[in-house]
Amino acid sequence: MSNFFDILFSTDFAFSVLRVMTPILFAALGALISNKAGIVNIGLEGTMLVAALTGVIVSAYTGSAWIGLLAAIVAGVAIAALLGFFTLKFKTHIILGGIAVNMFASGGTVFILYLVSGDKGASTSLKSATLPSLHIPLLEDIPVLGPILSGHNVLTYVSLACVAGLYYLLAKTPLGLRIRSVGENPQAAQSVGVRVNRVQFISLLISGFFAALGGAYMSMGYLSLFTRDMTAGRGWIGIAAEAVGRSTTIGTFLSSLLFGAADALANALQILKIPAELVGTTPYVVTVIGLIVYAVAEARMKKRKMAKRALK
Amino acid sequence: METSPLLEITNISKVYPNGVVANANVDFSLAKGEIHAIVGENGAGKSTLMKMIFGMEEPSEGEMRLNGQKVKFRSPQDAIDSGIGMVHQHFMLVPSLTVVDNMILGMEPTRGFNIHYKEAVRMTRELSARYNLAIDPLARVEDLTVGMKQKVEILKVLIRGARILILDEPTAVLTPQETEELFKQLQALKREGHTIVFISHKLKEVKAICDRITIMRAGKTEGVFETSSVSEREISRLMVGRDVVLKYDKGDRKPGRPVLQARNLIYVNAEAKRVLQDVGFTIREGEILGIAGVEGNGQSELVRALTGSLPGAEGSVTVGGESILGRSIKDIRDRGVSYIPEDRMRQGAAKDASIADNLISMFYRLKAWNRGPLLNRKKIAAFSEAQIERYKIRAKSPEQPIGMLSGGNMQKVVVARECEAAPKLLIAEQPTRGVDVGAAQLIHQRLLEMRAEGCAILLLSADLNEILEVSDSLLVLYDGQFVAYYPDASQVTEETLGFAMLGVQRQSEAEVRRAIHD
Repeated sequence: MSNFFDILFSTDFAFSVLRVMTPILFAALGALISNKAGIVNIGLEGTMLVAALTGVIVSAYTGSAWIGLLAAIVAGVAIAALLGFFTLKFKTHIILGGIAVNMFASGGTVFILYLVSGDKGASTSLKSATLPSLHIPLLEDIPVLGPILSGHNVLTYVSLACVAGLYYLLAKTPLGLRIRSVGENPQAAQSVGVRVNRVQFISLLISGFFAALGGAYMSMGYLSLFTRDMTAGRGWIGIAAEAVGRSTTIGTFLSSLLFGAADALANALQILKIPAELVGTTPYVVTVIGLIVYAVAEARMKKRKMAKRALK
Repeated sequence: METSPLLEITNISKVYPNGVVANANVDFSLAKGEIHAIVGENGAGKSTLMKMIFGMEEPSEGEMRLNGQKVKFRSPQDAIDSGIGMVHQHFMLVPSLTVVDNMILGMEPTRGFNIHYKEAVRMTRELSARYNLAIDPLARVEDLTVGMKQKVEILKVLIRGARILILDEPTAVLTPQETEELFKQLQALKREGHTIVFISHKLKEVKAICDRITIMRAGKTEGVFETSSVSEREISRLMVGRDVVLKYDKGDRKPGRPVLQARNLIYVNAEAKRVLQDVGFTIREGEILGIAGVEGNGQSELVRALTGSLPGAEGSVTVGGESILGRSIKDIRDRGVSYIPEDRMRQGAAKDASIADNLISMFYRLKAWNRGPLLNRKKIAAFSEAQIERYKIRAKSPEQPIGMLSGGNMQKVVVARECEAAPKLLIAEQPTRGVDVGAAQLIHQRLLEMRAEGCAILLLSADLNEILEVSDSLLVLYDGQFVAYYPDASQVTEETLGFAMLGVQRQSEAEVRRAIHD
């Protein structure tokens, strides 16, 4: 047991929290931007998977991790565009569209993987590249903080930059204002000449962009190959993290961090003699607890607001 | 006003794809710097006309000239670009955003990639000072009162450079104090050279603030008047009228014991507006009590209070001596209350379900309609066929989805269901709105049959014909209060009714209290 706590309070554990958080954070940012515009993109999981495979294949054929990353982004944005085309233009229900993306991705990636590598499980036969890790000078030498914050994959830093970027976009720019108003009251936005469909389409594309980065991280950073269904629910946990974060950028970041910690904890718990299956449930238990806390807090807020109104 | 008009509409018509003629050869002209009222009953075509001016609907015929130039608006943006702004009756605001955010949405001033908030706040402050529309630019819209929200809407229109402002029933949601304030602001806007179109039912307000009045009725203009040269009575006479007269031979009425007794009903809505102000009445067996009134004077709240879907209503309501206020809808229905809702599409019927399923949606729980755990399909089919025959519902079979029927036939299904439950009390809200004459007659006959069988009926309708012909006695609801009671509806002329509905004339409290029958 003391062994376990040694691990929990080590810099290695804190480092792994950030490492594990990265794909969840990307997915959560993807969920955030589309929800803000009033469209629920549940196709994040599938988008990540497609991007993960695209990155592996393209980097294997070109020998460049960066071109692989670029291809992954193009694939993710293309899937989002397709989803937007069907839901905004042809009015397919967005949930059905999302389910279609997920099912297509789950089956399609295995099919393509088999065509390209002759293996249905993993891309071991492909010599795919990985994105580099960054050792940050100066920061690296600071005790405790250094080993926690330095040496991560480049996409982990990108994910943090994306948090800042998205915060800026939503809070400070005209597009952000339009996204927020379209999501909350599309009629109001339309009545002042905002083109609702276009704003929603752009939001979906950005959502696909974030999901693609999350996917690329999975196969070119977190691991160095593609395996079947390797995203393992991270897209969904991202959606949960966005909800627990109350649809704010900072909240979404913090709750992604929490889910990352839960995931890392599950990994650390494996050294104890607890059945691996039980340990594996940690992130999901945290999800459920998180959502309950959220629901209770919201109910209280509402009550307080009602009471305030009654006083008036 | 002799100069050439700012906006001139000639011979404009609007026919909707479903054949409804909303505007027929309407002329309308607006002089620069005036406040021009458009008055008319619900469905007179005011909204359609405004929607065409604001580019939300394209006219089927006719032309529109702005400053002498022919114009054609394809979208609200076109109208906004030409200096026309609209303050919608239902606010077009984003609640969680600040006033400034709402003001600049779609036309954000920028510096680099950023919204230039300082500039936006400055613009808002400047406008609000100039037009004396005091508002905190950084307040969240959801925290504002209704009156403040309306100021934001007006400012929104002004910041987009509108010179013509269309206000769609702006006072409907305001308290009297807020209304007074609004009028001062409109006067100020007029002084600044703005032109205002003011849509309203409230003649006192129209008289108080408008220069000219255009009266509409049944999709046509009934005339344009200088406000000073026309009395409220004359306006009312031109606004209210009926075209086709239905006549029913109702036979003698012998009202029995009281069925519904409503006393001291009060409802204050979330905006602290007193929507129902202490109303009371009684309906007796075999009596049809009509409630007339211009829409939005408390009718729908009254019905919702009686049918169990208005939490927060206070007072007492009993049916057959048992209190029903605050009880569940099922409890209320179990006490013998039937309800024909005004919105058959959303409330009256389940569109995708079959005619048969809709017909039994009140009975399916009862043992008589079940066989063990399953529905007794044979019995249901026989019942449905009988109703289709009886109510002359034009349908291929009882299994046809109700959504495929025409409005009139769909309404007949709803009426059949509610009447066949053999209720003690039937609440009929706009039972023939939007149905053809044949269906309307059949529904009216059925109501009269129910009355002969001793059912107490509450009829709410905006259709004067219906309310005058079908009701035995009449109450008029105005601004959440009953302002008139007529024990014998057949003695009421549409003119007197119009005066009461528009608040031109009201009876004494004692006269209205006769409706309680204690």
